[in-house]
Amino acid sequence: MSSEELTQACLKQIDETNEALNAVITVCPEQALESARAADSALAKGESKSLTGIPLLHKDIFCTRGVRTTCGSRMLEQFVPAYDATVVSKMKAEGVVMLGKCNMDEFAMGSSNETSFFGTVKNPWDLSCVPGGSSGGSAAALATGMAPLVTGTDTGGSIRQPASLCGVTGLKPTYGRVSRLGIIAFASSLDQAGPMARTAEDCALALTAMAGMDDGDSTSANLPVPDFHSALNPNLQGLRIGLPREYFNDDLNTDVRARIMAALSELEKAGASLIDIDLPHSHYAIATYYVIAPAEASANLARYDGVRFGYRCEQPSDLEDLYQRSRSEGFGEEVQRRILVGTYALSAGFYDAYFNKAQQVRRVITEDFRRAFEQVDVIAGPSAPGVAFPFGAKQQDPIAMYMEDIYTLAVNLAGLPGLSTPAGLINGMPVGLQLIGKPFDEQTILNAAHRLQIDTDWHSARPNLETIAS
Amino acid sequence: MNWEIVMGLEVHLQLATQSKIFSGSSAQFGAAPNEQADAVDLGMPGMLPVLNEQAVRYAVKFGLGIGARIGDRSVFDRKNYFYPDLPKGYQVSQFFSPIVCEGMFEVPLEDGTLFPIRITRAHLEEDAGKSVHDVFQQETGIDLNRAGTPLLEIVTEPDFRSAEQAVAYLKALHSLVTYLGISDGNMSEGSMRCDINVSLREKGSQTLGTRTEIKNVNSFRFVERAIHSEYERQADILESGGTITQETRLYDAEQNVTRSMRSKEVANDYRYFPEPDLLPIVIDSDYIEAVRATLPELPGAKRTRFTSDYGLSDYDAALIVPHHAMADYFEAVVQFCKAPKPAANWILGDLSGALNRNEMGIEESPITPERLAGLIVRIEDGTLSSKLAKQVFDAMWEGEGDTDEIVATRGLKQVSDSAALEAMVDEVIANSPDQVTQYLAADEAKRKKLSGFFVGQVMKASKGQANPQMLNALLLEKLNNQS
Repeated sequence: MSSEELTQACLKQIDETNEALNAVITVCPEQALESARAADSALAKGESKSLTGIPLLHKDIFCTRGVRTTCGSRMLEQFVPAYDATVVSKMKAEGVVMLGKCNMDEFAMGSSNETSFFGTVKNPWDLSCVPGGSSGGSAAALATGMAPLVTGTDTGGSIRQPASLCGVTGLKPTYGRVSRLGIIAFASSLDQAGPMARTAEDCALALTAMAGMDDGDSTSANLPVPDFHSALNPNLQGLRIGLPREYFNDDLNTDVRARIMAALSELEKAGASLIDIDLPHSHYAIATYYVIAPAEASANLARYDGVRFGYRCEQPSDLEDLYQRSRSEGFGEEVQRRILVGTYALSAGFYDAYFNKAQQVRRVITEDFRRAFEQVDVIAGPSAPGVAFPFGAKQQDPIAMYMEDIYTLAVNLAGLPGLSTPAGLINGMPVGLQLIGKPFDEQTILNAAHRLQIDTDWHSARPNLETIAS
Repeated sequence: MNWEIVMGLEVHLQLATQSKIFSGSSAQFGAAPNEQADAVDLGMPGMLPVLNEQAVRYAVKFGLGIGARIGDRSVFDRKNYFYPDLPKGYQVSQFFSPIVCEGMFEVPLEDGTLFPIRITRAHLEEDAGKSVHDVFQQETGIDLNRAGTPLLEIVTEPDFRSAEQAVAYLKALHSLVTYLGISDGNMSEGSMRCDINVSLREKGSQTLGTRTEIKNVNSFRFVERAIHSEYERQADILESGGTITQETRLYDAEQNVTRSMRSKEVANDYRYFPEPDLLPIVIDSDYIEAVRATLPELPGAKRTRFTSDYGLSDYDAALIVPHHAMADYFEAVVQFCKAPKPAANWILGDLSGALNRNEMGIEESPITPERLAGLIVRIEDGTLSSKLAKQVFDAMWEGEGDTDEIVATRGLKQVSDSAALEAMVDEVIANSPDQVTQYLAADEAKRKKLSGFFVGQVMKASKGQANPQMLNALLLEKLNNQS
């Protein structure tokens, strides 16, 4: 199959299903076909790279030169960057064919894709349910074959939770593994880009292409990038998997627990041992995250002021009016809520009680993981507390929505790699197993997921495309 | 009542780096609006800062120059506020952990004494852009060329008790940073901007009064005048039983008054927090020593050396040393002529005068140090009188060649040939019998006065080229032998 044929097939799939799913904001068919033909001629000449000719959709948070980049916001509805994000240019250099840009929660703030200015994304397994967020468009597009590979970003679970809810594999690398340059910032100390694909194997391939030190991102790690794909090793003999008591407590949904335990027993059969561990400060993760992330966001989003680029209100009467209306009209409710929370947490008189305290707790949570990893190689748990929920179910209750990321947030606070791999269905809806690795040890969690995908076919389950198109 | 003024200074020093502190754009002054602003400077989505090592090195240089402690781990923070010329909506600065910690700076006063000023801290930050109000009708333009230019904000303790001390500090600071080569220190172009915190208290009181902050004063002279006018204003309020409002004021040079800008009570809460896009700056002793090795001789050490090695007065040293180029020029002249005192006199006198008249810096002087030294050599060896030397200097300024060439072409050589001088003296004496009689009749004191006539006549005859010392000796001898 040529890249052009594959690209045509993807574009056709987008054409047929996107109206129902709303997973993709911008499609670039001509550009995609042109790259596909270039890829085919490179393949013919034997000049292929690791991803030559592979169609791909980027989350609309990655800046793409000459292609509108909205970040799911009215604020950037018309924004066309003059530059590519490092991830975009690296993957381009490896030969990918970019099909377009995926829908997402506005500025990556959300766990259901309901905050996008461009409308909600439907979960392909049940169109009345959310796909998860914030990389919900990417997950839904991937699950329906609009592209075999998509990118996402994960600040508090935004790759792993939608991967779980849509039945795909998603990897959040270690903080610093992938350059943040050209990714529209939400919370700089937590944001990390990663791949989502049908298999751990494909994620390994994509991560190798995305990762690496970038002089343009001071927080990118100056470490060699292994070839995660060729290093994949399904032999789990001796692998120690830690099960945090704090995750497997009475709060865990029994159906989810059953699926997770089934997946873990597969890994046990493959030679891994399961060990109970403690992450004693886990219950502070949500509170900590919802101080730090909004605080950083309140500053990161200050540049959207209607002065230089982005949305500007009509006929501002003065500077104050320009600021207030451009931001009130340009940002949605959840984004405004987080800016307000973050501004408050940093305010004089509250800084020590909120931001500073949160930073301290963040270090304690990180230390919990460090200690746990003295006993185990991988930490396992659910990716999300349940399966996809109906639209509107949690929208009026921000705290209930924030609980969606209860198992993923701490991983961002500690800067660790984490992935979600399918672990079967509950009433026809997918559940994900989360595997958390040591810093910069993406390989071990990829290996474990890979083995699970050899031994089971959960990752092969697909939503019924015919019900979607009709 | 007797009031004491108490002041602390904050200087924003623009560092003379090639590029900006967090982007690759040029940091040079004077480009067309927004031509030196890239995507980082514009705060475009997804852009990230990358720290310019040269800015760090310059800050460390400054710290070492004032003997300050260098923070081994300094951290950038975001200072949040909205303003149209602040592209990101925050300024990257250092609030909690500055790069330069406490230090001491010895400021030379005019009387040659040293006045110690405690430096609280100096931190790195990025400059904002400029709002342009006078180009577009009804609209404000934004020029982001300056956005991201590296600044070092240098903060002192409230150690100043007079405007003179404040100006002396600023001049010494200017001298130091130009020696270090970290800034051009140009106040009129905004490379050195000064905020002055001013409060008054009763003489003898130990507690500080309420202060006002005078922002952005842009010349040494305005600093002095702004302080005097703010002192008067605060003293008037206090004398009449009023209280000072803590606020920011601007100096209006035309009216010579300070005006209220904004009250601190309603000032922004800047919500500082650590900048997550940048790593802490970790500075180890190897780095510090490597920077220390690049430090030039600093003004303090140079003043000491100029007085002890060259025998210059404190006064001369204090005039020459602050200007790095002038000090270098001086040393170059001395190297050629081995006559430090005359070198200092010529540089501070005729040369500075000519440079000032022509609005030139000493680096642009048409007279090279070697040529000035050549002139001094010819004075010292008696070839030229000081009067002739001034003619040679003027000719040299006009580019007529070196001293010997000018002496030759203009025939300016001093007549030191005793036979030739004797002949001229004899002729004048022979032609002036009345004056000779008068001279001989006079007492010792009057004779001295009367001898001037004969000197003048010989000088006239020699077209000013007679060696004055030889002429005097010869004339006295001849006159006294007339009886």
